[in-house]
Amino acid sequence: MDHLHPKDGLRLSRRQVLVGTAGSAVSMALSAAPVNAAEPGKTAAQAPASSSVTFTLNGRRQTLEVDNRTTLLDVLRERLKLTGTKKGCDHGQCGACTVLVEGRRINACLSLAVMHEGDSITTIEGLGTPERLHPMQAAFIKHDGYQCGYCTPGQICSAVAVLAELKAGIPSHVTQDLIAPVVQTPAELRERMSGNICRCGAYSNIIDAIAEVATGETA
Amino acid sequence: MRSFTYERATSPEHAVAAAAANPAARFIAGGTNLLDLMKLEIETPQHLIDVNGLAFDTLEATREGGLRIGALVRNTDLAAAPEVRRDYAVLSRALVSGASGQLRNKATTAGNLLQRTRCSYFYDTNQPCNKRRPGTGCSALGGMSRQQAVIGVSDACIASHPSDMAVAMQALDAAVETLNASGQTRTFPLAQLYKAPGDTPHLEYTLTPGELITAVILPKPAGGRHIYYKVRDRASYAFALVSVAAVVQPDRTGRIALGGVAYRPWHDVAADALLPQGAAAVSARLLGDARPTAQNAFKVKLAERTLGLALAQASS
Repeated sequence: MDHLHPKDGLRLSRRQVLVGTAGSAVSMALSAAPVNAAEPGKTAAQAPASSSVTFTLNGRRQTLEVDNRTTLLDVLRERLKLTGTKKGCDHGQCGACTVLVEGRRINACLSLAVMHEGDSITTIEGLGTPERLHPMQAAFIKHDGYQCGYCTPGQICSAVAVLAELKAGIPSHVTQDLIAPVVQTPAELRERMSGNICRCGAYSNIIDAIAEVATGETA
Repeated sequence: MRSFTYERATSPEHAVAAAAANPAARFIAGGTNLLDLMKLEIETPQHLIDVNGLAFDTLEATREGGLRIGALVRNTDLAAAPEVRRDYAVLSRALVSGASGQLRNKATTAGNLLQRTRCSYFYDTNQPCNKRRPGTGCSALGGMSRQQAVIGVSDACIASHPSDMAVAMQALDAAVETLNASGQTRTFPLAQLYKAPGDTPHLEYTLTPGELITAVILPKPAGGRHIYYKVRDRASYAFALVSVAAVVQPDRTGRIALGGVAYRPWHDVAADALLPQGAAAVSARLLGDARPTAQNAFKVKLAERTLGLALAQASS
């Protein structure tokens, strides 16, 4: 995210406020020493309120001991300090926390970290870097697909997955023919992006950015 | 969120035994509704049994020529499956009209059936709600009830079931397959999964303690036109005010179910029998006993009109 707003002077103070809010609202994970991967089949009597989990995050293997309550979102932001993924509503309604798990988009706020044993997870930080932007990141910049930028990492992760879903032929609510190959149209993109809310209302530019990547016209 | 212990189920038998041994345990699969409710401390399980590792994630043809849908098949995958798109299109249509792409990627078949009402008073822990805290009263009766049920309601609860998927499954005459704590499997019609609210709206399902849904069984494809028509306040990502799932044959016979109007997908074989007579007759039979509030009385007419639209589409 940082590279999307290199001149945004408000960014630091806003982020500090948000981190403070999140930190006080969530239960922080226990910082116990790392242990081996969780043993399947622990009985209830033996199981503690924390568990070990190992997953691959942006290409790097991570093993953590987490309070069972910790969501994937809070592990990313509070434990691993990957604050690109944003906490909006924390109830799966806004899409700001969208990340890719095994290439599929999910709401990181509605998923327990401990349930991601063995998963491969990609966040906005893993899609591209300021030096090597992902085509979707470049397209959002080119088309001004944001205003405040808070929903942008979620929008971009979601958009990358939407194009994969279209390519895989997964139908949507606006797909006319369930049998014929799915056709990529602006209506399809809008419908598929409905789980990502932008309160600045940058939707038309967001769709322009996604459509450009979809048709391979990125300059 | 309250603290809880966590384990990954290693076999179906292990899962049901672990659940039966601990009344404060819950199964978790996609978690998109349960975790939301746990954050609000509306659900306070002391132990979670993660069933995601169980082999209930496939679609299989049944001997009768139908389809066995594993309990863990994700909503996205079920909607996209070629055999569902071809033979049970109403189910694909219902699935993609529900939730968001992110949620459909996580949400499972069984979890979708067992999701809890979105009645705003159920979610607002400052308000009385008989479903959340038995005996405290129903805030929706006389409160904001626009989204709530109009039939099958009681003086204790008017919550509606939020699923789209279940409405299509009801129209398809689906059955639910479960495994209980004694290791026995049983199969029963979907409508029997849900309990009418009556005086005990907090008791929502007929499942026994520890009983796990393992699959949904669809009968042999019925052919005909498959329509899912959903009316809602936004064009996408909103719960139904009213929805109609219809499977209609060229001779105008068929099966229909209504969503957004009751504690379960609303269906009546006697109403199906009236399909050749048109929407008004079917709707009168289905909703003749409706007890709407002033705020949701519109749903009765809306259901009839939506049904009319679906039937017109089916015969076009």
